[in-house]
Amino acid sequence: MVQLSSTLLYVAFVLYLVATFFFGGAIRPKKREGVNRWATLGIFVTIVGFLAQLGYFITRWIAAGHAPVSNLFEFTTFFGMMIVGAFIVIYFIYKTSLLGLFALPIAILVIAYASMFPREISPLIPALQSDWLHIHVITAAVGEAILAISFAAALIYLIRVVDQSKASQRTFWLEFVLFFLISTLGFVIVTTSFRVAGYEATFEWIDKNGQQSEMVYHMPALVGPHEGVLKTEGRMEPFVDMPAIINARKLNTVIWSLFAGGVLYGLLRLFLRKRIAAALQPLVKNVNLDVVDEISYRSVAIGFPIFTLGALIFAMIWAQIAWTRFWGWDPKEVWALITWLFYAAFLHLRLSKGWHGERSAWLAVIGFAIIMFNLVVVNLVIAGLHSYAAS
Amino acid sequence: MEQVKCECGHVNPIGTVLCEACGKPLEEVPMLLDMRYEGSARRSQTYNQTIVDKIWNFFSSVKVGVWLIVITLVASAIGTIYPQQMYIPPTVSPAEYYEEQYGWLGKWYYALGFHDLYSSWWYMLLIALIGVSLVICSLDRVVPLYRALNNQRVTRNEQFLQRQRLFSRSQVKDYENALPRVVDRLTKRGYRIREENGNILAEKGRFSRWGPYVNHIGLIVFLIGAMLRFVPGMYVDESMWIREGEIKEIPGTNGKYFLENKTFIFEVYEKEKEKEAFQAAIDRVGSGMMAKNYQTDVVLYERVGSIVAGEEPKLKEVKSFSIRVNEPLKHDHYALYQVDFKLNELKSMSFHLTDKQTDKSFGTITVDLIQPEKEYDLGNGYKVQLLSYFPDFYFDENGNPNTRSKVPNNPAFVFKMFAPDRPKGEVSFTAIRQTIEPFGDNKYKMAFAGADTRHVSALTVRRDFTLWILGIGGTIFMIGLIQGMYWNHRRVWIQRINEDVLIAAHTNKNWFGLKKELERIFNDTPFVMPIDQLDKRS
Repeated sequence: MVQLSSTLLYVAFVLYLVATFFFGGAIRPKKREGVNRWATLGIFVTIVGFLAQLGYFITRWIAAGHAPVSNLFEFTTFFGMMIVGAFIVIYFIYKTSLLGLFALPIAILVIAYASMFPREISPLIPALQSDWLHIHVITAAVGEAILAISFAAALIYLIRVVDQSKASQRTFWLEFVLFFLISTLGFVIVTTSFRVAGYEATFEWIDKNGQQSEMVYHMPALVGPHEGVLKTEGRMEPFVDMPAIINARKLNTVIWSLFAGGVLYGLLRLFLRKRIAAALQPLVKNVNLDVVDEISYRSVAIGFPIFTLGALIFAMIWAQIAWTRFWGWDPKEVWALITWLFYAAFLHLRLSKGWHGERSAWLAVIGFAIIMFNLVVVNLVIAGLHSYAAS
Repeated sequence: MEQVKCECGHVNPIGTVLCEACGKPLEEVPMLLDMRYEGSARRSQTYNQTIVDKIWNFFSSVKVGVWLIVITLVASAIGTIYPQQMYIPPTVSPAEYYEEQYGWLGKWYYALGFHDLYSSWWYMLLIALIGVSLVICSLDRVVPLYRALNNQRVTRNEQFLQRQRLFSRSQVKDYENALPRVVDRLTKRGYRIREENGNILAEKGRFSRWGPYVNHIGLIVFLIGAMLRFVPGMYVDESMWIREGEIKEIPGTNGKYFLENKTFIFEVYEKEKEKEAFQAAIDRVGSGMMAKNYQTDVVLYERVGSIVAGEEPKLKEVKSFSIRVNEPLKHDHYALYQVDFKLNELKSMSFHLTDKQTDKSFGTITVDLIQPEKEYDLGNGYKVQLLSYFPDFYFDENGNPNTRSKVPNNPAFVFKMFAPDRPKGEVSFTAIRQTIEPFGDNKYKMAFAGADTRHVSALTVRRDFTLWILGIGGTIFMIGLIQGMYWNHRRVWIQRINEDVLIAAHTNKNWFGLKKELERIFNDTPFVMPIDQLDKRS
């Protein structure tokens, strides 16, 4: 069952890749009236991929006895699956195949990112042994996934409207967003490469309480731990040691990812001889801006209530049961609140101040950045400061 | 109140932009009408004389509201840079902790009060201002909007129609015969039809216009609930440590309830006992390293009769329950939660009264470490007195034995041992792995014979009368949100002016959906589908 589950996830991943190419093929203007055959193929493969991933989800649920949303790998994978699910729904409302070309790669990146974390099926610690785990996490992930579609649509909008004929703040920030997406790929490539190579280097170091302990790196240490001493022979010595309060290994991973992202980005620029967004612009030139703007906004309109329900209301109910209080100003809670406040501001600006089009698109991009911050940074960096993960 | 009379005869309040009844612009307006609040007379847009007007206008601005949201958002984010005071170890001084752990940044973080940001006066003030903004924003808009929608007439001013975003003007042959088909389709699609002189107003989903105001009411109720937390008696938050076998008054219940800890259970995931699927995960963290269950089996008692000082309470059993994480014991609005534990706390220690030379034992005493006896008679003239007891022993700065707490973490005793040949007794200071004989050589000693341990469980006691208010607030908020987000308010006007048929349509959002719906409605009819005037311009 476990094996079957992993295989299904793998199948889904490959199918999403294939579907992306079909959606790419659908860009060429239709020769005949009627449905675009590439797009039909694309959505068909997407649905099959989604069903395969649903199969992964169900078989893993059966094998574990609880819904596979209990650790970072499972949650993030599920988030990716829901992005695909949300895309399928939106596709059937708006029939915009171009959205697939952007939404699917985002989902693919999210799933690839997820698989860099421990993938074993883990039993549940006492704090997670509750039906609210399923209710809260699934609802929150669905909400965030729909909001992610708003980002995909916003990205299309921006690539289409941002003037690429001269460098500006807008071109810079658009490249910045694309660079981050590419760095995620960089993270996946670097992690996988060193994992395949079996790289391991052990350091002895002094933690912030002055205790000596060990830290194992799975990537060559560019930055070492506080007063770190390399114990494994033949491994690279770090260029610089970090102070004790910084988790040097995570910072090292971040540096490697950005470095790999930078190299990939640089190569792409060299190869394309223009900004990435400028190279993508021809792909989106036929898109109806009003429709893309509407997709972006409607995704927020649909996703916001679901997000509120899952990430705040259900979260509060469960926190009251498991942690004795419905709200405790835990970083994860605060960042859910920040996300909520941000999209509340987004809706007010849009509905009452008339922020449509490009402004609204930039806001959708920032909103997604906040969601990603909560998923990545709060889980891996901030939460490390207290007992969230251990409770 | 001053009033403005429209040429259609309707009397509008001053400040009205579009006549409530016929929609005729009463002021200079752009080519396409701003339909956001139906052009109704909002107080904030009409009066700006007195202080009250100015305050009202300030808070009724969405711009101000959004700024308040953004400031709160940024402040909240700052609070997550370093852990808040409630998450740092309770034994350390925060002033030192932040500087020690996070350097000069930490020092400033503390100095600026960010270590306790969410209960700071200015954060509370921000939330309060958002609350005020919610109320005023809503009132400023909902009342005139209600008036406008309630007073709208079927027959509209021509200008109103042709300045809608979706509009068409054409000549329709056989209007009277073609109309019923369209009306029929509109009805099937859920529109309510009003007719006046052959003109049509089809409308659906008007209730979605109230969504924002409903959800704002929900938020206000929620904030009021959160405020009530500061009212004494609404809220109990206590904690108790209870040892196995102990019966204790539950704090915060004013002596009404007592709890007995039957046993505390701590389980871990062990490789052999878990199913195949979990093996890899358990291997990674190590067998026995991951917690499976924290559980306190308890009996809840209620006091019978009134409280009499100095008298043992009479107790009546209420129920037995296993308190686990995620499964609190609930009774009479109280909830008891499993939050912490301590394994193997010393319960009692046993000693043999022993002759140091011969190692012969003259009896064994067992000292209860919570309530020790003063004297232990071993018969045949042997007895032991407990002169002093230090449950958590250490030597203080003067070199004297002392105790840190009442918890038996490191018990030490001063025994006086009596024997037939030592009638005056010998004094021995006995601690773990340590014996001191303060008055010279003793013949007898207290030899350690064993110890009993037990687990201690920590429970949190909660009673929160604000929860139901928060629940109602949250529910109202969700209803309002769904009402506003998942439905649209759509209107279609079909009107004949002279020989022309004018069709106009409006929705508060999702124009794409409205256009598709209109295509289905006007398909195969002599009517001309309204055109998006935004497209035409660009």
